[in-house]
Amino acid sequence: MSRRTLMLLAAVLLITALPLCWVAQPTDAAALAEHFGGADAQAQQAIAQLAPHYQPWFSPVLEPASNEIASLLFALQAALGAGVIGFWLGLSVARERAARQAPPSPPKLPSSATPADRADPTH
Amino acid sequence: MHIMEGFLPPAHALGWSAASLPFVIWGLRSVQRSVQAQPEQRMLLGVSAAFAFLLSALKLPSVTGSCSHPTGVGLGAMLFGPAAMVPIALVVLLFQALLLAHGGLTTLGANLFSMGIVGPLVSYAVFRLARGGGLGRSGAVFLAACLGDLATYLCTSVQLAWAFPDPVGGMAASLLKFGGIFALTQIPLAISEGLLTVLVVNAMARFNAAELQGLPLFARRGVQA
Repeated sequence: MSRRTLMLLAAVLLITALPLCWVAQPTDAAALAEHFGGADAQAQQAIAQLAPHYQPWFSPVLEPASNEIASLLFALQAALGAGVIGFWLGLSVARERAARQAPPSPPKLPSSATPADRADPTH
Repeated sequence: MHIMEGFLPPAHALGWSAASLPFVIWGLRSVQRSVQAQPEQRMLLGVSAAFAFLLSALKLPSVTGSCSHPTGVGLGAMLFGPAAMVPIALVVLLFQALLLAHGGLTTLGANLFSMGIVGPLVSYAVFRLARGGGLGRSGAVFLAACLGDLATYLCTSVQLAWAFPDPVGGMAASLLKFGGIFALTQIPLAISEGLLTVLVVNAMARFNAAELQGLPLFARRGVQA
């Protein structure tokens, strides 16, 4: 892996990890429960403030049985994506290696005669 | 950016679904056409879809003390055009709406509009402009992925502000509120998405140089005007 790749990865890691250290932990219990909660849920609360009488008129067809099941499904989604990307990277590296180890391709043979012709002093 | 199930009034839910439908048809046709014309691009199309699957499953912490997720659709929009990402975003959103109760069927149209249509369109336009303006490949990819991600969350904020205007301050006050929740949280995530997209494009340039050359916005002769 090149140095540039490593630096990009480190930057992503830092951007992700730093908020966890920077954002002070709230002291009251209610705020602590929402600490690093989802923005989608916060939007839901904002709707409840803006339109207190609004009633959701449809409910999800299937709800994950628990938070554990939800994280299982999110992990599955990420694994599917990462699996395909990993397959592509592995295939690419192997293909590049095979191309490097293969003997010089045949079309090069006839062209190797040309420099000798050009170097012919009788011409 | 997922508006929860049932959290858009019926008129809005229907309106956004109607607005998204033509884009779905356009997107399906576009994917079909590009796979038929260039079957060798199937691998990169698969990687683009996988990237969107992966990134939209990652809920990352942000400086606002809440969590949100990148979308990953900018990559495919730059490679295959914005239309190609509509069906891919639809699959991601359906998976999450049906199995995870994340987003929903009534809000599918609105969520598709922000993640599958506005985001990719902005990424595509920014990439074209940045390349046309002489910016290098990595810089343009970063900017396009980053701004496309932000555009998706701004779109969600507008959708919610439109549906739920503030009783005192109207839509503007409401937009400020939802913008604070979504767009602000998204800034560091958008930067991460930009950097990760640059990583993938770098890998494609190394391993799939020939395929990349065959894509209109990546041909070495610069960007056509």
